Parts: sequence; C-alpha cells; structure tokens
Amino acid sequence: MDANDAHDVTLAQARDESAFRRLVERHSRGVFQLAFRLTGNEPDAEDVVQEAFLKAYKELRCFEARSSFRTWVHRITVNCAYDLLRQRPRHKAESLDAAADEGAQGGGIEPEADDTSRPDRLAFGVEIEGRVRAALDLLTPTERTAFVLRHFEGRSLEEIGETLGLRTGATKHSIFRGVQKMRRALAPVVGRPASVRGQASCSAGL
Amino acid sequence: MNHLTEEQLVLYHYGDTGDGVDAASIEEHLHLCGLCQADFDDLRHTLQAVDSLPVPDRPDNYGSEVWARIQPSLDGDAETWWGRLQSSLTPRRLVLAGGVAVLVVAAFVGGSVLSRRQPTAPVAAPAANPQTASADPEQVRERILLVAVGDHLERSQMALVELVNSPSGATVDISDERERARDLVTENRLYRQTALTTGEPGVASVLDDLERVLVEVANSPSTLTAAEFSTVRKRIEQQGIIFKVRVFGDRVRERETRSVVNAGVRG
Repeated sequence: MDANDAHDVTLAQARDESAFRRLVERHSRGVFQLAFRLTGNEPDAEDVVQEAFLKAYKELRCFEARSSFRTWVHRITVNCAYDLLRQRPRHKAESLDAAADEGAQGGGIEPEADDTSRPDRLAFGVEIEGRVRAALDLLTPTERTAFVLRHFEGRSLEEIGETLGLRTGATKHSIFRGVQKMRRALAPVVGRPASVRGQASCSAGL
Repeated sequence: MNHLTEEQLVLYHYGDTGDGVDAASIEEHLHLCGLCQADFDDLRHTLQAVDSLPVPDRPDNYGSEVWARIQPSLDGDAETWWGRLQSSLTPRRLVLAGGVAVLVVAAFVGGSVLSRRQPTAPVAAPAANPQTASADPEQVRERILLVAVGDHLERSQMALVELVNSPSGATVDISDERERARDLVTENRLYRQTALTTGEPGVASVLDDLERVLVEVANSPSTLTAAEFSTVRKRIEQQGIIFKVRVFGDRVRERETRSVVNAGVRG
C-alpha cells in the first residue's frame, strides 16, 4: 500500500477525520471514474461515490491492510454501484438503433472543440458513443459489472467472482455475454457481424 | 477441427482461457486460420470502440467537494446523535424538516386515533353520527399526505422551471437554486419514504425520479459554465421531469379535491 495511504488509514482508524479527508481527496477521482463506468450517468455515479466513502469510513476499523486502500475502496464502490444497478429499472429500448439515438442525444459528453471541424468523424464518434451507452444499458447488472471490471479495470476472474459472489465459470460467462451484447450493438458501425461459429470446420485445428 | 468459439476468443483477448484449451493452442490456431483471425480482429476493434466511451472529467478540487458532501454524515464516535443532527441540519433545513415531520406524524397519529375511536361508533346508524362517518382514518391520512406532497411537487416544479429558465451568460450562478434543491431533497426523502410505507408506489416512483434531479442540482457547483449549465438543463428537459411533476402534481390535487368532496358528501 502507498505509504501516505497506510499512514492515513492508521490515523483514520483512530477516528482522525483529517486523515480520512486526505484519503477521500486522494481517491475521489478514481472512485468517480469507476462509479461512472458502472452506472453510466453522473448523478448515480456521484451518489455511489458518496455512499462508498461513507461506508468506507464506517467499516474502516475492519480494514486489515491486506490489500491497498485503493483496492478496498474500489471494491466498496463496486458493491454500492451493483446494488444501485439492481434497484434501477433496466433500460428497455425498442431497438438498439432507437437506444443508440437516445444515447447519442442525451447524457453524452460534449465533443471536443477541435473535433467540430470534422463533422463526419464527429457524427461517427457520436453514433458509436450512443451505441456503446445503449449496449451497456442493456446488460444485466451482473454482466455490466463483470464486463466493466474485466475490461476497464483489468480485474482477475477470481476477484470479479468474489465481488459478485459468482464461481469462475459464471464470471467468465457474464463477461462473455457482456462482450457479445456489445459486439451485436456495435456491429452496424464497427467491424462485421459475428460469423456462425462452432459449426464449420477448418484445417487449422486446435 | 472446429473454429474457435466466440467465448474462447473473448477469454483469450483478456488473457483468460478455459475448457482445457491453453493460450498457445489458440494463438497457433489464429495464426493458421484466417476466419478466426478475422473474427478476433473484429472483436478487438469492437472493444477498442468501447474504450472510446469518455468519462466526464472532475475538477482538481473534486476530492474536497466529495469531502464537503460526506463530512456532515460521518459517524464520529465522540459525537452524540444529537450533535450530528445539529451539525447536519441548517436552521432553515431544520424548520423544513420539522414541518414535514409534523405533517407526517399528524397523518399517522390522526389516522391511528380515529382508528381506535371508530369501533365505538354506532355501526347500524352511520348517518346519525356524521362526524365519525366522515373522519375515516385512511382518508384523513391520505388527505394530509396529499396536501403535503401536492405542495412539495408544486415547489419542486417551480424551482426546476426557474432553474432551466435562468438567464445564461458565460457563467451561471445557481447558488440559490442549489440551496433550494438541497432543502427539497431533505423533504423529498421523507415524503418518498412515507409514500412507500403507506403503500403509494406511484407517488414514491415520481418522488424517486425527482430526487435524482434534485440531488444533481444540489451537488452542482454554485457557478456553472455555460456548457455545464446547458448540460444540466438538457438533462432536466430530456428526462421530462418538470412535465412529469406537473402532471403528477395535478393528479395529486385532483385526488385531494375528491377526497375532500367524498368526506363532505358523507358528512
């Protein structure tokens, strides 16, 4: 664990608020980034950030420093976001195209100023962004969490399984289904539709 | 031999393997099989596109903002519950929360007292005792809650309308709206919880939607850039929350009127 974190954790465990404040200030942006990827929108991400640090403060005495403070608080963040995703009604778009249009129109990030000189590229980028958002909204809470943790956070299957209470096989399957849905959603704008697999033979062997 | 399955390609991409197939075998297969290699390239392109999804940036002082939000709620050992309550509620918020609490308590106590009295009323001749007949505890409870929620929705609607209609310049000062939103969030939570416990899921659902917007406004910086303000405004408009609150507020008012009329008819 980072030396500053270790020192501040020890003080914060003795209820030194200024030490906990330093931990919050140091890790808030990373926690927000993770929360945003898991929830997909800023208000929910902000709620998760707040809840995660409050929980961390309450449970700090149980923290045994076997992992870093960052890993620990990120795990709490994942749990908070996962709970929120499970409570939230899932997006029911009539079609991925409609959902992508919605995604492209709302909740998106304003484009960078220098991109406006390339309208075709901008439109393409916005369309992809909309489709990615739409596809993420179509994933189940488990698929979304597993996918985000594997793809963006690079967590191991064991770690993801432990967080979500899944066996390794189920964890793999959740990630796979998440990726599969992303591929289907993005097929019209990126790459080609997945071919029929597992039935044809080829000479390469395995 | 079969081609690689999509699941095998996904696992291989992330450095995981399974079903007794090791990474070296998959690599070798990809080297020899153009179809699978093409499919794997396609998978990588897709996941690269996913990487392009931006995460909104947060200012350098974001950590301090988060701290300011959570600090009043920290469960300090040395502090008593009363001390924490005092520090978390401003005088204005205390008045508001108190008002809401009085209404909610009045709704429950009024209903309970009347519930206890009701069995003593003459069952065979309700018309002979109009006061008792008109004072159905459920109706009293409903009426008090409806009046309170109706007022709350009206105030929330006004606050949001004023916010979206704020004159926009290079920067927009929303400190007043933010303060109002904070007060409304406090009230909203109480009403939402009351609506849930009194079996009003429709009311609770609208209040839940409203709370998300109010929390966002309450947590915004007091001064927004034109772009930030435009984003907040766009989000409020896209969610249709003002329209939803207006329509639901009207419905609540109608129910409130019907409730009074029914009581009057029986009385």
